[in-house]
Amino acid sequence: MPNTEYIITLCDGPSCIHKGSRTVKDALEEAIAKHNMQDKVKIHLSGCLGMCSKGPIVIVNPGYTIYGSVTEADAAEIIEQHLINGKYVTRLVVDEDHLYNRFFRIFGDNDFFGKQMRITLRNCGIIDPENIDDYLSLRGYEALAKVLTELTPKDVIDEVKTSGLRGRGGGGFPTGVKWDFTANAPGDERYVICNADEGDPGAFMDRSAIEGDPHTILEGMAIAGYAIGSTKGIVYIRAEYPLAIKRLEKAIEDASKNNLLGDNILGSEFSFDIEIRLGAGAFVCGEETALIHSIEGSRGMPRPRPPYPSVKGLFGKPTLINNVETWANIPVIILDGGKWFSSIGTETSKGTKVFAVAGMVKNTGLVEVPMGTTLRNIVYDIGGGIEGGGKFKAIQTGGPSGGCLPEEYLDTKVDYESLAAVGSIMGSGGMIVIDEHSCMVDVAKFFLEFTQDESCGKCTPCREGTKRMLEILTRITQGKGKPGDIEKLERLGTMAQRSSLCGLGQSAPNPVLSTIKNFRQEYEDHIFNKKCVAGVCGALLTYTIIEKCVGCGACKRVCPTNAISGTRKQLHTIDQDACIKCGQCYDTCKFEAITKA
Amino acid sequence: MIEMKDQKIDELKEYIAATQSNDNPESYLIAVLHKVQGLFGYLPREVMDVVAKAMNIPTAHIWGVATFYHYFNLKPVGKHIVSVCMGTACYVRGAGKVLEALKKNIGVEIGETSEDKLFTLQEARCLGACGIAPVIMIDDKIYGELTGKTATELIKKYRKAAKG
Repeated sequence: MPNTEYIITLCDGPSCIHKGSRTVKDALEEAIAKHNMQDKVKIHLSGCLGMCSKGPIVIVNPGYTIYGSVTEADAAEIIEQHLINGKYVTRLVVDEDHLYNRFFRIFGDNDFFGKQMRITLRNCGIIDPENIDDYLSLRGYEALAKVLTELTPKDVIDEVKTSGLRGRGGGGFPTGVKWDFTANAPGDERYVICNADEGDPGAFMDRSAIEGDPHTILEGMAIAGYAIGSTKGIVYIRAEYPLAIKRLEKAIEDASKNNLLGDNILGSEFSFDIEIRLGAGAFVCGEETALIHSIEGSRGMPRPRPPYPSVKGLFGKPTLINNVETWANIPVIILDGGKWFSSIGTETSKGTKVFAVAGMVKNTGLVEVPMGTTLRNIVYDIGGGIEGGGKFKAIQTGGPSGGCLPEEYLDTKVDYESLAAVGSIMGSGGMIVIDEHSCMVDVAKFFLEFTQDESCGKCTPCREGTKRMLEILTRITQGKGKPGDIEKLERLGTMAQRSSLCGLGQSAPNPVLSTIKNFRQEYEDHIFNKKCVAGVCGALLTYTIIEKCVGCGACKRVCPTNAISGTRKQLHTIDQDACIKCGQCYDTCKFEAITKA
Repeated sequence: MIEMKDQKIDELKEYIAATQSNDNPESYLIAVLHKVQGLFGYLPREVMDVVAKAMNIPTAHIWGVATFYHYFNLKPVGKHIVSVCMGTACYVRGAGKVLEALKKNIGVEIGETSEDKLFTLQEARCLGACGIAPVIMIDDKIYGELTGKTATELIKKYRKAAKG
């Protein structure tokens, strides 16, 4: 593209699309055509850039100018003022003193200091994910070529071992060791699987990684295929991610055309094919043995391990399963060396981790930070603090199987061991910020409802344990909690943790146990004082009308039980016996004259 | 109508036949069920027998698989599928209220289809659009930053469009 003077990158993530990025794209194209600049300007659609709260995002290169909240009407101005007159459209420039701006400037640079560091997401937002040339121009498939021409399979495994990379799906098992086991397992046929069954609610890093840079995953898998002696790779991906599936299909097709997948890759002896298999909405299928059963066309239920999949996996053959994020690290490790990789992070957890930061935080989106960054850094420096002026209450890490950590743990470093030590887990990287308006008992109940529903029902501790715990929690939130309930929850929780068959049941009690540990007072308030401080548990609330009431009668009209009485322009009252605590009056009142406590 | 169904069944049989030449043909069952749902909108009981014969797998096993996964609908669905994201991020930002408002407006519980066959209400795990929570998805379009009120307005819009 010799004539190209400007590259405009448009975020094509769901948040930006929702906010109108597609119409912005049309408007940009129109403006470009109007000024006859089609040859000089190229427009990219990128995967989610992680700046969801500022969307739609438009980046103009060279210069890394990031424009946020761009509307259709702004498009022409960007083209005319920035591209033609060479002046920034100042009012749209995203200019905040956190890392969103900075990490774009350090891209391609080896300066990994600073709070964010993008290794697995290194190409996301930089390349056109549907164009293999873009990936190739940023050292794409160079690692695969290096492996095929310079390294023996053993060298590759040793390099991964040296890097200290651990499974990013949540388990944290050393990746190199897993590769070694699979390579040495007896058998003539082996499989390589990419686990893209990202089922944790509140986590979307795998989706973004695939949508933004699908070739990295394919390259990582092909390298592993060479290292362990496999010719067949499978990506198991959620059916709920149509765009990611489409981009993967395109990437596989393009890679095959360029002899980067298929028979005799790059003229070598090595052949490797990748196939896509769709999940069908079962959370437990993220567990490796369940995932294998699902690919085999059965109910996705886990089985006891050992034998581990590395010995007896898909169709009874040795199988190597890694998560999307783990795969994305492989090409970097091969190119820059395991030693370099191991210089990032903490003693036991190397490299970076991508987190999906969401909930009551100002900057929701994806962040990639070196292991060992503190939760405080993530929430306040990168996340920008609490949205809506509320008070920080807890941070929930690790998805529905993780724990809730209160403020005093904010200085905990994120790595596998530190998070486990305070009763939570790394998990796949979901991070939800909870403020004072959430009730912790209700939050625990919410997570348990999820895991209970997703329990496959095979083993008793998980199937029955989560059910009984949920019953107790429901009772507590309805104001029917009994003395001894907390202890019963602790006993049941510990039992399920210790005796469940797979990770789902073993970690399902985490939200309950961690909220009991860190927010015991709230449980006691519910049970003994019949109070919900956060004002969430309906049955424990009392609605009262205060002096601010102007007597408009709006509450009276919506009350389904006619519990509100009063004459026009006079202070109204609620008959507490008739009130069913539906909260409709509270939502309707425009004068903040109704309180709940 | 029957003709259309036969056509779909033929297409399905063709699809199955293509998978049967691969290694481990029975492992394509879930892919085949996706295809069935793509064609019919749900998994009709009688079509399961067609799949069973074509893939040489007992219907009971197929039914076992179909009921295990949330993604498969076992009952016919409405014209529009409304999925309310109940992921954590949406939940802490008020997805519960959105769901209540939709239940009331559409007049159904989760998993049910409205009487006019226009809407099926579903809960979704996480739509991966946490940045604009709470979100709902109507068919394959995502709507974010909703409240109970704006969500009902959306439904009203769809209802109007269906009438006009």
